[in-house]
Amino acid sequence: MEGNLSLVGYGLATIGPAIAVGLIFAAYINGVARQPEARNLLQPIAILGFALAEALAIFGLVLFFI
Amino acid sequence: MILTALAAGTTTAVGAAEGGEGFETPTPDIFWLPLIGEGNWAITEQMVWGGVSVVLLSVVMVALSKKAAIVPSKGQFFMENFYNLARNGIARDMIGTKHFLKFVPLLFSLFSLILLNNWFGILPPVMNPTFGRIGFPIALTLVVYVVYHWIGIKKMGVGGYFKHLVPPGLPGWIKPAIFVLEFITYFITRPLTLALRLFGNMFAGHMLIVLFVSAGAFFLTQGIAFKLLSVPTFIMAAAMFVFEALVQFLQAYVFTLLAASYIAGALADDH
Repeated sequence: MEGNLSLVGYGLATIGPAIAVGLIFAAYINGVARQPEARNLLQPIAILGFALAEALAIFGLVLFFI
Repeated sequence: MILTALAAGTTTAVGAAEGGEGFETPTPDIFWLPLIGEGNWAITEQMVWGGVSVVLLSVVMVALSKKAAIVPSKGQFFMENFYNLARNGIARDMIGTKHFLKFVPLLFSLFSLILLNNWFGILPPVMNPTFGRIGFPIALTLVVYVVYHWIGIKKMGVGGYFKHLVPPGLPGWIKPAIFVLEFITYFITRPLTLALRLFGNMFAGHMLIVLFVSAGAFFLTQGIAFKLLSVPTFIMAAAMFVFEALVQFLQAYVFTLLAASYIAGALADDH
């Protein structure tokens, strides 16, 4: 079996964004649980934060191919 | 961008010992589907499906909105809810009630086009997300890029637009550093992440689905132990389809949301 060590590196690099996305949605769920009427206000903010955190993982994926 | 760099060197031979043909993991080559011609000017399958999606969306939307009535039919009700998601949920919430109407056509077109093309990735006759080729996200990002700079410059003038990059009330010595950072954000990071996020998600999701399905099909050709292993593999493939449906909707939503927030940022009076 042969492969590329940078695959392992990319796997390690996604830990950071993964934790970030988890924290963002944890905070979102907390916020909605405490104040359900704030849901519509919090949803775009949570998804925006998720998209920005996820961008780091996507960078890693694309840099891998360049 | 060369997406075929992986083609050599990452294939694994799982089943070679069993006597069958070895299993080849899918490579980024699976996205290269030329129909007519070859090289840089080839017409690919994704281009055709992109065109089909535009025609499909136009026909369906015209048909559903033609006979608009006070008491809506099922189709009109569906269409209005879908339109409201982009109009109220994205454009109005992000841009604000004052300026948002002007950008609703752009944002709604982006949302519906990306959504349909993403869902092509799991719909049986196509099974290939159009935005898995980097050129398509780049084209949409270019439109957004030009629009948000254009409206910013039109509102504040070229000098005013660059001045607006630095938030007011900062001490003088830090302003150059903030300006450089904000400049990079506005002109390089934003379009780059906007295009790459959509591309990366579609690309990775499609690769994952192909990997599970082809691995499951390969296990069926092997010995009895591998045949049993193909059952959980196919279950995982089905789960990935459901997960991808969610991700593809979310990415269409995120792309439109970010485009709206960039427009809102260029229109904002101060930071």
